[in-house]
Amino acid sequence: MIRYILRRLLLLVPVLVGLSMLVFTIARLLPGDPVRLAAGPNATPADIASVAKEFGLDRPLLAQYWDYATGLLRGDWGVSIFSRRPVLEDLSTYLPATLELVLAAMILAVAIGIPAGLMAAVYRDRWPDFLSRAVSLGAISMPRFFLGLLFQLGFAMWLGWLPLSGRFPLTEDPPSAITGLLTIDALLSGNFHALGIALQHLALPAIAMSLSPLATITRMMRASTIEVLQQDYVTTERALGLSRGKILFKYVLKNAVSATLTVIGLYFGWLLGGTVLVETVFDWPGLGLYATQAVLTQDFMPIIGVTLCIGTLFVLVNLLVDLVYGLLNPRVRLR
Amino acid sequence: MALLEIRDLHLHMRSFDGEAHVLNGIDLTVDRGEIWGIVGETGCGKSLTGLSVSRLVPTPPARYARGAIRLDGEDLLAADEKRLRALRGRRIGMIFQDPTTNLNPVFRVGEQLLDVALHAGRSDPSLLGLAPGASGRALKRAARELSLAMLDRVGIPNPAARLDDYPHQFSGGMKQRVLIAMALIGRPDLLIADEPTTALDVSVQAQILRLIHELVREHQLGVMFITHNLGVVAQLCSHVAVMYAGNVVEAGPVRDVLKSPRHPYTNALLAALPTAGTARGALQGLAGTVPSLLTPPPGCRFFNRCPRGEPGCTAATPPLVGPEGGHRVACPVVLR
Repeated sequence: MIRYILRRLLLLVPVLVGLSMLVFTIARLLPGDPVRLAAGPNATPADIASVAKEFGLDRPLLAQYWDYATGLLRGDWGVSIFSRRPVLEDLSTYLPATLELVLAAMILAVAIGIPAGLMAAVYRDRWPDFLSRAVSLGAISMPRFFLGLLFQLGFAMWLGWLPLSGRFPLTEDPPSAITGLLTIDALLSGNFHALGIALQHLALPAIAMSLSPLATITRMMRASTIEVLQQDYVTTERALGLSRGKILFKYVLKNAVSATLTVIGLYFGWLLGGTVLVETVFDWPGLGLYATQAVLTQDFMPIIGVTLCIGTLFVLVNLLVDLVYGLLNPRVRLR
Repeated sequence: MALLEIRDLHLHMRSFDGEAHVLNGIDLTVDRGEIWGIVGETGCGKSLTGLSVSRLVPTPPARYARGAIRLDGEDLLAADEKRLRALRGRRIGMIFQDPTTNLNPVFRVGEQLLDVALHAGRSDPSLLGLAPGASGRALKRAARELSLAMLDRVGIPNPAARLDDYPHQFSGGMKQRVLIAMALIGRPDLLIADEPTTALDVSVQAQILRLIHELVREHQLGVMFITHNLGVVAQLCSHVAVMYAGNVVEAGPVRDVLKSPRHPYTNALLAALPTAGTARGALQGLAGTVPSLLTPPPGCRFFNRCPRGEPGCTAATPPLVGPEGGHRVACPVVLR
């Protein structure tokens, strides 16, 4: 088990090297000149040359990559041409915000989707099934940013229950930074006032974000439960008198969840890279907004930094999924 | 009073094409200590008869149109789900065909066995050697001990170590032994075995049959042994019921029925058995096909294939005629 984890972690290295090379090259091949953009519209050729020299952009591509790669290991992820701040510093403020949003959305999606799918399968072709199918079809068909706007209109503007946007108001004291995830920091430091505020702000974007994974998880769970319910061992369990609840929530659930787990892992990675619309609508200071801005200004270092960050998380989440899969299914050997 | 009585059982099954008359008046009586072989070709309703006794046929699409199933006089068709659950695993044990698919693959064997033992022990603590109202912990400990003893009884070597193994770590024969332990751990009175040896190879098959035979003798079980292997019936069973298209056409002590079969279908079935001396390519079959159960013909359902059919056969479904508990045949022509 430990060896398996170590080996998988070691596999991260070639993945990240490949990813960084790819993004590094693509970023350079993009049309337009970031140096000219950063130096400003009235810059003289001398100004441009000095900016290029400052960021090492006058050197050959291979040398630039080598500098970057060795810098990564030293904790120097480069400097944003635009904000002139170190990328690592930027990431450490934006990544936790996005992580908090995505985690909240995934927790919601899993906590509702799995029981909903299970129930839909049990009450197949009866009203709980129709309800869950209608809701999941609606949720999967509706663009996330549009749902976000509807939520804002309904819950913030008309009902006034929840704040319109933002992550934490400037007028309040934030909890002391431990993990960077406000809700968890507030919990850890016992600051329940701040926890309430953080949750209020988190609610709408997290729900908007959770709907499409929720729909997919529900549908996957429904399909795999229907399949498991037809297995011979379910008949045996019924024939020997086990209760409906025990069969469903113990024996069927564990079998049915395995197939859904893969989707959960994939969705997690997909959400990490796809937060930009929700972050824009809710003015959520996260990785999506940061990355978009970097792309629009052709700011190399943040683009590469964000990509590596999401890539690493994606690999880690899928490693976690594989480990849980091994726990759920004894026939899977982790070697 | 007989242990299991099935009287004039009619089961209709709804399908896209209409309602199929799947069981057409089954009559069967199983007593303690009797092993009834239920034989017949695929689709004749033998498995559905077995599942009906545990009431595991989903209704709808199935519908019991007429008849009764009585366990020690209690009408199972009238029992509610709660009552049925109390009977399953406790009064009625079941074993199915394929041992690899009938154990839950992601749970330890001991845990699956334990859950059945706990279910049986809760309804009757004396099974576990406990007084009524025993604590949950005592129940669990006793259930675990019983599981261990049961695995030992069905011939699993080193049962204490194997309780924590998963099904895929057992061979097919060992898995069937585990399933037999699960079916018998609640000390049922009636065992329904639905082709329990079909998926096993011949030498393992013999071991499993011997085990079932021993356990049946030991506990004075009544058994419904569903199979299409007449050799197994001859070896294991005390009685046999031959089914065709939803009817029992001949029933009685195994020696009488197999030695001197009377119904034309039983005769054809026995004639179809190849023996070691049969020449290559000389397999004997029965011409024709089973009639559609959606629109069954009137009268005897075997009429279209019957060598001895007469015009009068299509008048009404022939009843089983013969002494109670003796050799009975549902064919007026051969009885005349």
